[in-house]
Amino acid sequence: MKNLLMYLKNYKKECVLAPLFKMLEASFELIVPLVVSAIIDVGIADSDSGFILRMCLVMVALGLIGLICSVTAQYFAAKAAAGFGTKVRHALFAHIQTFSFSEIDKAGTATLITRMTSDINQAQSGVNMVLRLFLRSPFIVFGAMVMAFTIDWKAALIFVVTIPLLSLVVFGVMAVSIPLYRKVQERLDKVLGITRENLTGARVIRAFHKEEEEKERFEEGLESLTAMQTYVGKISAFLNPVTYVIVNGATIVLLYTGAIQVNIGNLTQGEVVALVNYMSQILVELIKLANLIVTITKAAACGNRVSSILEMKSSMPLTQEWKGSLDLEEKQEKDPEGIPMVQFSHVGLTYQEAGGESLSDIDFSVEKGETIGVIGGTGSGKTSLVHLIPRFYDVTRGEVLIQGKNVKEFSLEELRQKVGIVMQKAVLFQGTIRENLCWGKEDATDEELYQALDTAQAREVVESKEGKLDSIVEQGGKNFSGGQRQRLTIARALVRKPEILILDDSASALDYATDARLRKAIRDMEGKPTVFIVSQRTSSIQHADKIIVLDDGEVAGIGTHEKLLEQCQVYQEIYDSQYKKQ
Amino acid sequence: MEKKEKKYQGKTLKKVLKYIQSYRVYLALSLAFAVATVAATLYIPVLTGRAIDHILGPGQVEFSVLTKLLWQMGIIILVTALAQWLMNVCNNKITYEVVQDVRREAFAKIEILPLKFIDGHSHGELVSRVIADVDQFADGLLMGFSQLFTGVVTILGTLLFMLSINVKITLVVVLVTPVSLFVAAFIAKRTFSMFMLQSTTRGEQTSLINEMIENQKVVQAFSKESDVLEKFDEINGRLEKASLQATFFSSLTNPGTRFVNSLVYTGVALVGALFAMSGGAFTVGQLSCFLSYANQYTKPFNEISGVVTELQNALACAERIFTLIEEEPQIPEPAQAEILEHVEGNVDLEHVYFSYEPGQKLIEDFNLKVQPGQRVAIVGPTGCGKTTLINLLMRFYDVDDGCIEVENKDIRTVTRKSLRESYGMVLQETWLKAGTIRDNLKMGKPDATEEELLEAAKAAHAHSFIKRLPQGYDTVIGEDGGSLSAGQKQLLCIARVMLCLPPMLILDEATSSIDTRTEMKIQNAFARMMKGRTSFIVAHRLSTIQEADIILVMKDGHILEQGDHTQLLEQKGFYSELYHSQFAV
Repeated sequence: MKNLLMYLKNYKKECVLAPLFKMLEASFELIVPLVVSAIIDVGIADSDSGFILRMCLVMVALGLIGLICSVTAQYFAAKAAAGFGTKVRHALFAHIQTFSFSEIDKAGTATLITRMTSDINQAQSGVNMVLRLFLRSPFIVFGAMVMAFTIDWKAALIFVVTIPLLSLVVFGVMAVSIPLYRKVQERLDKVLGITRENLTGARVIRAFHKEEEEKERFEEGLESLTAMQTYVGKISAFLNPVTYVIVNGATIVLLYTGAIQVNIGNLTQGEVVALVNYMSQILVELIKLANLIVTITKAAACGNRVSSILEMKSSMPLTQEWKGSLDLEEKQEKDPEGIPMVQFSHVGLTYQEAGGESLSDIDFSVEKGETIGVIGGTGSGKTSLVHLIPRFYDVTRGEVLIQGKNVKEFSLEELRQKVGIVMQKAVLFQGTIRENLCWGKEDATDEELYQALDTAQAREVVESKEGKLDSIVEQGGKNFSGGQRQRLTIARALVRKPEILILDDSASALDYATDARLRKAIRDMEGKPTVFIVSQRTSSIQHADKIIVLDDGEVAGIGTHEKLLEQCQVYQEIYDSQYKKQ
Repeated sequence: MEKKEKKYQGKTLKKVLKYIQSYRVYLALSLAFAVATVAATLYIPVLTGRAIDHILGPGQVEFSVLTKLLWQMGIIILVTALAQWLMNVCNNKITYEVVQDVRREAFAKIEILPLKFIDGHSHGELVSRVIADVDQFADGLLMGFSQLFTGVVTILGTLLFMLSINVKITLVVVLVTPVSLFVAAFIAKRTFSMFMLQSTTRGEQTSLINEMIENQKVVQAFSKESDVLEKFDEINGRLEKASLQATFFSSLTNPGTRFVNSLVYTGVALVGALFAMSGGAFTVGQLSCFLSYANQYTKPFNEISGVVTELQNALACAERIFTLIEEEPQIPEPAQAEILEHVEGNVDLEHVYFSYEPGQKLIEDFNLKVQPGQRVAIVGPTGCGKTTLINLLMRFYDVDDGCIEVENKDIRTVTRKSLRESYGMVLQETWLKAGTIRDNLKMGKPDATEEELLEAAKAAHAHSFIKRLPQGYDTVIGEDGGSLSAGQKQLLCIARVMLCLPPMLILDEATSSIDTRTEMKIQNAFARMMKGRTSFIVAHRLSTIQEADIILVMKDGHILEQGDHTQLLEQKGFYSELYHSQFAV
């Protein structure tokens, strides 16, 4: 929670003013019992109606000033809270943007989404409450005690005993319930997860007619959530009654002591009334405080969970410090001859928390404009290999060089500008087709877009839609078929005319004819990008300049189709599996 | 407009009451305890007042009466505390149980919603209704209600107590307080639309968050982090404004009513003091008692006004969750729906018409007769409507016209369960649930033995990689397969079907993410599996297609050609073009 508070930094003024005005309001409220006491002891005792009237006017004036202070405080509190929520939301979202996929896997999408939404909302209303009430209530409690001292120190001692006792109860309940609320939230997360799953997996769940079982599973989660909530609820339910008993018990003692003091002439009747009033003010504030604490414990728990995500470090920090080496790069670019476009030098990759290497000792180099095929079995490391080029993961051994420079020396933005990658999973975003394509290049003209679409064999996809480039893409691209999505994602990568183009099995939903046309079109592209085609079909890669055959994370062979057919057994097997029957 | 809104809220409120009904007993108890709490709380100031009247001045204190009064106070305090605690427990019970009921019902609805609805709505937004909205609704509505009730009882109780002491001063209180209600109502009316705006903006943001976080890797590949953030910030900025407005204006209620209260307090002090001064029957103790009532009487007004805004917010949330619960479910099964038994694999499609969007024709007058054990391959260029056919066969969507029959029974007359049980389905988009590998494999056959399980996994060539996972078959995989590769997920999906072996199969690009070497091995298993089973196969690989009994060549939703491999090649139509392009470069 602590590191979240820095997001209030820009609202220092509001954070000071809001409680300050609240305290001002409270101070005026604290004067009221004294006024009443004066009315009793002076006004009523001396039958001075003029005095009573004046005092009542004073009370109205106090109320009015209180109102103004309070409205001011509410405004500042609301402003700080809304601003806080916005800043935290921004910070967390921005932070998640820096996560590499391993962090996202670790945290889980569902969790991240709850953190981004309901958790921050709760934290925000927590801030609002704290600014408005959290200082005010203790202030009145202690203020009442101080005022009691001004009346009679012996009676005030009762306050001195009562207040710590109350604090003990209040903070005790808080200490017990905070960790429990965390558990409640965990169980809520589970319920959320099941709900999501049943939306994303509706087809499979229905195909296996698992609806009833899923309902049971949901019920289980739900019941454990309710049980926990009820348990915590029982504990928090103690707060109000116990504080009530303490305060009223104190009032009884106060009346009795007061009576003795009045009897010997140390106190007046009006002063006893004032003391009782102060005591009941404490109760009123405590009830507020108790309700507040429930909100705050929840908010703090939420805040902590938000900050735990903020504390997760990206395993791939942006390397701004490398900017210094730009001079070197310029020198190299003047003389690109002889320097390979992409070079893997004894690369090894071990994923976080994985037992062994997923890639080991990968060593090859690629010249500018070459087409490279990458083929191999499921889990052989094809995707891992190409993901090293735009630096989605960092190598754990060796190095990856682009134009002779280690990928770590590029800024991520610069690097990814050079590399266009089309992933296995074809993802489109909500918006229009144009917006999606312009991900590749912000200011692309229609001509450029259509050129990319033509190359990607996707022109007809756009033409078939009524709004052409401005047709709506629904969330997840649901209004396009798998193949249409794939072609659009390819077009998206082509729009920026990347120097290196990676197609990671991204033509799997395309039929052979379209796939073939696509490859031809890419080969004929102006600027001749260096192309990596990851595929399981030999037909997709057999005309590549170089084919890398992977087997279980190791290179089983590198060469042309003909050479590999002769020399590489793994390649032969793959080829035979696809062509033998024809 | 305003009236309409109110009517809407009234309706929502009625629905809420329906949920509370099953907790009548707790509600009654809670109300009873509330009344007891209030009564006892109100009696305390009377006793305090009496006590003060026995503390007049030096030498004028009657200790014997005082002690008795103080003892009475002590007992009442304990009773109050107990009643209050029990009331809290009852309220919690009602709140949490109602939340549970609402969520349960919402989830049950999700299970029977037509896929059209699920496909057409943002999942994140639906989830937020079931989670966040229900929470807000419960907190606001139920806690609000209990506060409202206590408040009203306190007001009535205080009135009674005050009337019993002094009618005229009571009048002062009664006349001034309505102003407080007026203030509150005024503010509440103006904030409802602000809360609505806040709620919709939040929904918009949640949906963006969902989309972007799920596809983080694509965002990064295009270095779009800052653009996405910009888009996010735009919504975030609007949310800030909406949130500031809603929070600030709704929080005006409190100071406003508190000011009115201080007026009430002053009025009581003034009139009371004047009465007490002129001697009469009004004592200082009664004044103190009245003052504390004036506080207690107005406090509920404060709370009620606070509650009213909260209730409005809660109603807005309730509205969203109820629209989900009341969403039209898929067409229910007829009461006498038959259970599809002894399926041999006769499938007839007769004059089938279907489209996703009315007006956009897709499948028109489609006829197909499949005999037991036949293999139907569906081929065609990408996006030609192959998956649509599967949606219809599995009855994820209903045909617009015509009918689909299995074993000469219209599939709309048999139970969905028995229909879907007859099919084994492997889709291109693999989906696994969070849980262990074992749970996932056993999805279609929960009572499968360990041997059957291993056999199926081996047949699907999934055994070797599962074995290598840290906990083998008990490895917990995260949401949607988590760290498994696409191919591995597909192998699991295949194993899942291999385990339950239903009489008919649907394989939609079942091996698209599996390398050909593994695929070839699986093909043997597939071949064994397909023997004697009617199967529908969507595939690109012509080797799979060649052996099919019927090949459907589709384009733009139409069936272009129909026949077996040799027939189609002879036709020299679209199929032969497709076939030959495989070898083209």
